[in-house]
Amino acid sequence: MTTKYTTLLLLFVFAYAKGQTGDVLIKGGTVLTITNGVKENTDVLITKGKISAIGKNLKAPGATKVIEATGMYIMPGIIDAHSHIALDAINEASHPVTPEVNVGDAINPYDVSIYQALAGGVTISHAMHGSANAIGGQCQTIKHRYGEVNPDKLKMEGAPRTIKFALGENPMRTHGEGQGIVPRTRMGVEQVFRTAFSDARVYKQQWADHKAGLTKMAPEFSLRMETLADILDGKILIHCHSYRADEILMLLNVLKDYGVKKICFQHVNEGFKVAPELAAFGASASVFSDWWAYKFEVYYSTAYNAAILTRNGVVTSINSDSDELIRHLYHEAAKTQRYGDLSDEEALKLITLNPAKQLGIEDRVGSIEKGKDGDLAIFDKHPLSVYAIPQFTIVDGNVLFDRKNDAADKRIDIDPEEKLEAAFYERLIEKDNCMQDVTETLFFGHQYREALHKH
Amino acid sequence: MKALYLLSLSFLTFISLHAQMVKKSEAGPFLLKNATIHTITKGVIQGDLLISGERIEAIGQNIKSSAKYTVLDCTGKHIYPGMIDGGTQVALSEIEAVSITNDFNEIGDFIPHMQALTAVNPNAVTIPVTRTNGVTTVLTGPKGGRFPGTAALIDLHGYTPEQMYAGFKGVVLNFPSSGRRGRFDRRSDEDVKKDAEKALKKLDDIWAEAVLYAQIDSAAAVDKNIKINRKPEMDALLPVIRKQGVLLVEVNKSEDIKAALGWIAKNKINAVLTGVAEGSRVAQDIAKAGLAVITGPVLETPRRDYDRYDTPYANAGNMLKAGVRVAIRTDEAENARNLPFHAGFAAAYGMGIDEAYRAVSIVPAEIFGVSKFYGSLEAGKVANLYICDGDPFETRNQVEALFIRGWKVPLESRHTLLYDEFIQRSPGVK
Repeated sequence: MTTKYTTLLLLFVFAYAKGQTGDVLIKGGTVLTITNGVKENTDVLITKGKISAIGKNLKAPGATKVIEATGMYIMPGIIDAHSHIALDAINEASHPVTPEVNVGDAINPYDVSIYQALAGGVTISHAMHGSANAIGGQCQTIKHRYGEVNPDKLKMEGAPRTIKFALGENPMRTHGEGQGIVPRTRMGVEQVFRTAFSDARVYKQQWADHKAGLTKMAPEFSLRMETLADILDGKILIHCHSYRADEILMLLNVLKDYGVKKICFQHVNEGFKVAPELAAFGASASVFSDWWAYKFEVYYSTAYNAAILTRNGVVTSINSDSDELIRHLYHEAAKTQRYGDLSDEEALKLITLNPAKQLGIEDRVGSIEKGKDGDLAIFDKHPLSVYAIPQFTIVDGNVLFDRKNDAADKRIDIDPEEKLEAAFYERLIEKDNCMQDVTETLFFGHQYREALHKH
Repeated sequence: MKALYLLSLSFLTFISLHAQMVKKSEAGPFLLKNATIHTITKGVIQGDLLISGERIEAIGQNIKSSAKYTVLDCTGKHIYPGMIDGGTQVALSEIEAVSITNDFNEIGDFIPHMQALTAVNPNAVTIPVTRTNGVTTVLTGPKGGRFPGTAALIDLHGYTPEQMYAGFKGVVLNFPSSGRRGRFDRRSDEDVKKDAEKALKKLDDIWAEAVLYAQIDSAAAVDKNIKINRKPEMDALLPVIRKQGVLLVEVNKSEDIKAALGWIAKNKINAVLTGVAEGSRVAQDIAKAGLAVITGPVLETPRRDYDRYDTPYANAGNMLKAGVRVAIRTDEAENARNLPFHAGFAAAYGMGIDEAYRAVSIVPAEIFGVSKFYGSLEAGKVANLYICDGDPFETRNQVEALFIRGWKVPLESRHTLLYDEFIQRSPGVK
């Protein structure tokens, strides 16, 4: 048994390792380009991992893999701007300000959730730090190169640095309620940012003075302050966990005061209330399709959030924050047609070009254009139909999901001593995945026990 | 004085709007003309449907109109029986993370006498939200320990729990699980097994006591000299012991399903299996036992890392193909509105659209013993139905009107009201 699995594992890894990028010709499908309309009966050629041609009757060298896609729909690989899959650790919940940590140091390439996401057409996700801290850790944009076992190879090369901020209940619970330190209220949350940014300005000035020869002794080096300084300098994109309208406006004011221009609000359930303010600032929003009422700060939510934000000109995406939802983001995007009547292109942008913009990778992915990465998802029906089933998912020109030909068991990390019958998991609804690790460690008493006793 | 009067008037308006939340329902009779009527049990009919009182009075071609009728032209529209969600916490939970707003998890391991119907809040914010997608009826029930209480079938309309009650109650049993409670459950394999065996032994003890209690109760009924110390939790099990009631057995892991089938047969219980996440693996056994299944959620991750990625999507269809009677549930509170999408995914992954619709209409009605009045469009049945602009599972389509017990219920909810207010916010930004 073990030998069989090892062989399978080796085959799979070698199959992937043949080339970091691949060639593939997809023939005769309906191509949903996102940026250039819908093209019927059109071929897409990927050469060395990049889209090299889109057109009719394309030819490719003899050895190129060909996918017959007549009757199928081809869209750009889906991008999830908020995820926690492929991570061994989520929350460094030890302090309200921890920008020095980076989830890029905790990537788990063996997570079978990566394959399950591929099976839903998702080729890129934004692996995020959790929301326990007002200023959390840095995040990592990853490509779903499942089969690759070197964690660093999952990182999307050249993707801008991003960082997690968090407002509202989670930092308040973790630090105020949990530790008896600021913030316990939304007033406190504001001052955590203002104090941190103020300290970072002082730190920057001290180094500037030192480098200019004004001070003899160098200031103490601090990775925390270096990272905050990079945020103030616009070198790191902020992705901020948020729910209520007032706290969203609060952070916009803080950023204005410190001259920070770019921010993507995450979840942002009450974004619809301040959509004009978000648009005026140039902030973007990454939302759930319909999650609400799981905690008090999302009680006054609407599934029409994405539609209202879109109509107000806010660059909006639909994210998962869940290893379950990430498997059908195409369906989550379609809900904006039931709730708000978005067009096909507007709905598809929510899971392609718009999240790409929010991650600063729109020149590479998010639409089917010549020169962009060979990341595609192929469906048997229009991807916004509830009956659509993903058939192939391609990353860098490599076919990493093939519905008809893939084995059922796609693990690449198998514990030879694990008993199969013991590996069943009872369902545990985790609606606030941003608090993973916190509920297990900091709130060891209450929440953890409650979760254990749910079944 | 006038200003004060105006101020108090606006204050009153404000209060009444928020207290009422959604508009009042309208009474019939209603004549729905020229529709495509999906009866579910009697095929698809092009014609009219007449709602009178709380019932469907007639379905047919050219039903004669009357001045009393409110006529709705349904040309190009589709009428379906209201969807029934076979398992939820709707109206029992307001905000999941605020424990004081949760009424589905009482303290205790053996508390079958806890009545979900008692805690149903007719004004729960989830009710209008669930209705807007065509769900008219839900089983809402308790969660937690071994016997967490008794679930109740309710229509999503009414001012009291009694008004909403739709004629079925079932005692819930969470069958002992030999699975892990989650990825953080770090018990050893042995401990997991031991705990499950201990739980099964305890269940057997409770059941033996309940059987004995029923015997004493029967004897006491005919012999006044026999005294019985009444126990509410044992009384709650009496209908199940006497096969007058249904036991809803929640069980998910394949090995546990097999154990549950054995336990149910041994004790000759009138049972329905719920959850049944790994039903595919033991579908033949379930079919042979002749038990019906309420499965879901369909939109769920595989329970084992080595499972094929689409196992949960395909589960309902696989059981159906093996000959099992299958209903679908969401197991949700605030998002039971997603029932048509759970059914849609089951349809796409092997169940087929027609069977998937049966799984959210006539099949649960049969399982709950209320198919005489619920689950399909037939003259004489309760008028729980809705008008849709197409296939109701298809994500983009819209439910345009909805009726529960003959009342035309407004398709408003917190979600639509917030949309109406904020799609054109004024003032905007200067």
